[in-house]
Amino acid sequence: MELTTQIGESVTDGLAYLGALTSLGGRAAYFTFVAPFQGKPLRLQRAISQAMQTGVGALPILSLITFFIGLILALQSAYELRKFGAINFVASAVAISMTRELGPLITAIVVIGRSGSAFAAEIGTMKVTEEIDALETMAIDPIHFLVTPKFIAMMVMLPCLTIWANSMGILGGALFGVTQADFTWVRYIQSSLDALFLRDITTGLVKSVMFGMTITAVGCHEGLSTGAGAEQVGRSTTRAVVVSIFLVILVDLVFTALFFFMSEK
Amino acid sequence: MEQSSSATMTLETEAMISLRNLRVSYGEREILHGIGFDVMRGETLVILGGSGSGKSTLLRTLVGLERPSSGEIWLKGKNIAAISSGEMDEIRKKIGMSFQGGALFGSMTVGENVALPLREHTKLEDSTIEIILRLKLDQVGLSGYENYMPSQLSGGMKKRAAVARALAMDPEILFFDEPSAGLDPIIAAGVDQLILELKQAFHMTIIVVTHELASAFLIADRMVLIDKGNVVAIGTTETMRSSTHPRVRQLLDRMAEPAVSEKLDYLQMLTEEHRHPGR
Repeated sequence: MELTTQIGESVTDGLAYLGALTSLGGRAAYFTFVAPFQGKPLRLQRAISQAMQTGVGALPILSLITFFIGLILALQSAYELRKFGAINFVASAVAISMTRELGPLITAIVVIGRSGSAFAAEIGTMKVTEEIDALETMAIDPIHFLVTPKFIAMMVMLPCLTIWANSMGILGGALFGVTQADFTWVRYIQSSLDALFLRDITTGLVKSVMFGMTITAVGCHEGLSTGAGAEQVGRSTTRAVVVSIFLVILVDLVFTALFFFMSEK
Repeated sequence: MEQSSSATMTLETEAMISLRNLRVSYGEREILHGIGFDVMRGETLVILGGSGSGKSTLLRTLVGLERPSSGEIWLKGKNIAAISSGEMDEIRKKIGMSFQGGALFGSMTVGENVALPLREHTKLEDSTIEIILRLKLDQVGLSGYENYMPSQLSGGMKKRAAVARALAMDPEILFFDEPSAGLDPIIAAGVDQLILELKQAFHMTIIVVTHELASAFLIADRMVLIDKGNVVAIGTTETMRSSTHPRVRQLLDRMAEPAVSEKLDYLQMLTEEHRHPGR
């Protein structure tokens, strides 16, 4: 009896949480697509500076990580492929797993660490220092002022970062291909491109847009629901990271399954 | 003294804010149990009370940050306890609020902070906003600080900058949450002086929540004492000083809690505390 109550409670809590995220995303969508036509201009300036922070700022670390991931993928697949004398397939193995899965996912993880946590900490601190209240007493909607620019920035920057991550991963694979498997740089890149269908890239990009939405919604929601006191900001930040990682993987699973069954027909 | 009190008497004919049987709850716990009083146009009303008395909740409710569970708040002819958020936003443009810690936006300069409401709600040109900004900073004694970040300001200067931001839209009502909290006595006196200057210069309706008695008696026209979510006493500074109400005397004479209560009262208070911890 107690177990079922507990399960029931966690399910309703989880659904309520998803509901809160959806309503946050919905209000941000309203301020992006509807409000500009009702005389409430979009904060493009804030969105751009946010995009610089979340997007351009992430490039160095993301490049390094995805380059290594590409190299690791090449090593791991070569370990198996060389048994069949098929080491030439390293290029396509790396290209497909990067664009379909690891490019978007690793990008999302890096962005969660850099920006999702920062959103929660920034908004959480503003909540604790009454800055959110100050916005409201000045008749400025915090969702309009703080959250919407973040959504716009993330949904634009995540696909861009993902494309970059894909390229860096393929480059990492190429380093292995050139040094260990008789490829030239040009031939490695050529066989990567030959192995890819446009669909591989677009499914990855669609996922990355969804990841961007998820990370922003969780980060901002955790920030806005921060309680009183500095330690609550830390708690919100931790939760933002943990919940984001979980939900990104969940969204990944849902969309991968969706694409899988769609491509069957 | 006589003259100034008669001058305020003529001003105090019209109620700016009227509270009627206002109740506010956080979840199950009721914080304010039916508050009712009027704030007159042009007066400075100080809301006094100990910590946990509900005075901050009252202030948050007055500026629309908390929704009352029942009762009415009449402000500019509208019951803000029951209006849409769009209408509330219109009213909020006519009020200014200075928060306890200043609540300046840390990522913006002082100037950007003060100019924010103007940029958000008016179509004024940058040059006009620049002039208003200088004027407001001048009024609070912060001329020349527009390019400083809030983190570079001292506690007193932050409060002054927050007041400048609250004044940006030329509000009719100004709210202060604990204006002297966390400031040394000299700086706090400066903030009191600023409130007095604002009152004289603009005849603004000013509502101050505080537990600083010296400051309260200096700036107030009238005072409201809130205790455990109820209005205990209301009146001019003189009536408060001469009041014989035990709660008023306890606060004014800075008596410790148990000393004023009879043994039985004390026992009841303890059980009350026990039943509603933290109230």
